[in-house]
Amino acid sequence: MIKLVHEYLIRAIIPLIIVAIITYGIFKGIKVYECFIEGAKEGLKICLKIFPYLLAMLLAVSVLRESKILDGFINIMKPISQIIGLPSEILPLVLIKPLSGSGALGVFTDILNKYGADTYTGIVASIIMGSTETIFYTLTVYYGAVNIKKIRHTLWAAIFADITAIIMAVISARVMFN
Amino acid sequence: MYYILYFAKFNQGGYLYIMINIIWFLILASGIIVGILTGNGEGITKAMVMSTESTVELIIKLIGMMCLWCGVMKIAEKSGLTEKIANILRPILNIIFKKEGKDSKAMGAIVMNLTANMMGISNAATPFGIKAIEEMNKLNPKKDTATDDMALFLVLNAACIQFVPTTVISIRAASGSKNPGMIIIPAIIATGTAAIVGVIVSKILSRFF
Repeated sequence: MIKLVHEYLIRAIIPLIIVAIITYGIFKGIKVYECFIEGAKEGLKICLKIFPYLLAMLLAVSVLRESKILDGFINIMKPISQIIGLPSEILPLVLIKPLSGSGALGVFTDILNKYGADTYTGIVASIIMGSTETIFYTLTVYYGAVNIKKIRHTLWAAIFADITAIIMAVISARVMFN
Repeated sequence: MYYILYFAKFNQGGYLYIMINIIWFLILASGIIVGILTGNGEGITKAMVMSTESTVELIIKLIGMMCLWCGVMKIAEKSGLTEKIANILRPILNIIFKKEGKDSKAMGAIVMNLTANMMGISNAATPFGIKAIEEMNKLNPKKDTATDDMALFLVLNAACIQFVPTTVISIRAASGSKNPGMIIIPAIIATGTAAIVGVIVSKILSRFF
């Protein structure tokens, strides 16, 4: 059963999602081809938009790595991250993700390039990237919009949720590798 | 935390931009200075040039996958899949929210915001989110203090399931992954758990703050 799920579901998840969505669309009478083109144009715009952010962040991270500061930082933080079984190479991602989405994107890309996308480190980083949010940004924009100054327990609860997502990412990556 | 929001009052998200400026400066400047002082100026130069080249390479690999996903997600959006998700969400949210969030205008915006987040259309999510907070604040007796429901809404935003994490999958594909989509289900499980824990924690903490 698990093997079946693995063979047919996990391996084929991207084509499965695509075929499900386009089938649903055609049954609802949507002009799927034209719709696809319209969306793809937006994808092109997104890529152009994120390029400068990505360049700025990858530049900074690669200089930090070359100067050996990043490795030093990772080694110092190792005992702390090992408490929850988090590969310490991912710590820079965990630290920058709540603050900046584009910054996290740069650090994430750097991790995948350095350690590989399908390694344990790469998988944990991918799950974290796909499951956590830029908490500080969301908080600032939404509360800022209505002038709320006393945020009470919001930040603590959000951080708690974030840590839960990180721990779950580590656990599910372990399950996948066993 | 007060000061972050104080800045935000004048310039939405302004303080955050200052913060990211300082972080970027510290990363780049410390790297360059330490690199030069340790006599590795040549290595730093090379790393800088290489990183710009590899970013261009990456973005070119990324374009195809991003266009594919944005195209597919557009079909999902237009075919009313978004409304389907909203209809499933509504009864669940009606149980979680107790006061201001129950108001029909606020609830409508909350549902649309979370649905947009789930579909990965974050451009659409932010306006709905601001609308939701505004509607909730209209019913708020203390205008400068967050209510339980507002805190809950922001926590749900911080731990929102994304059915197809488009950017993550595209970057994984561009980095040569054999199965870029293998992280979708674990990511949904991780965020789902985070959302449940977040709701419980904010319910408990709301008694102490």
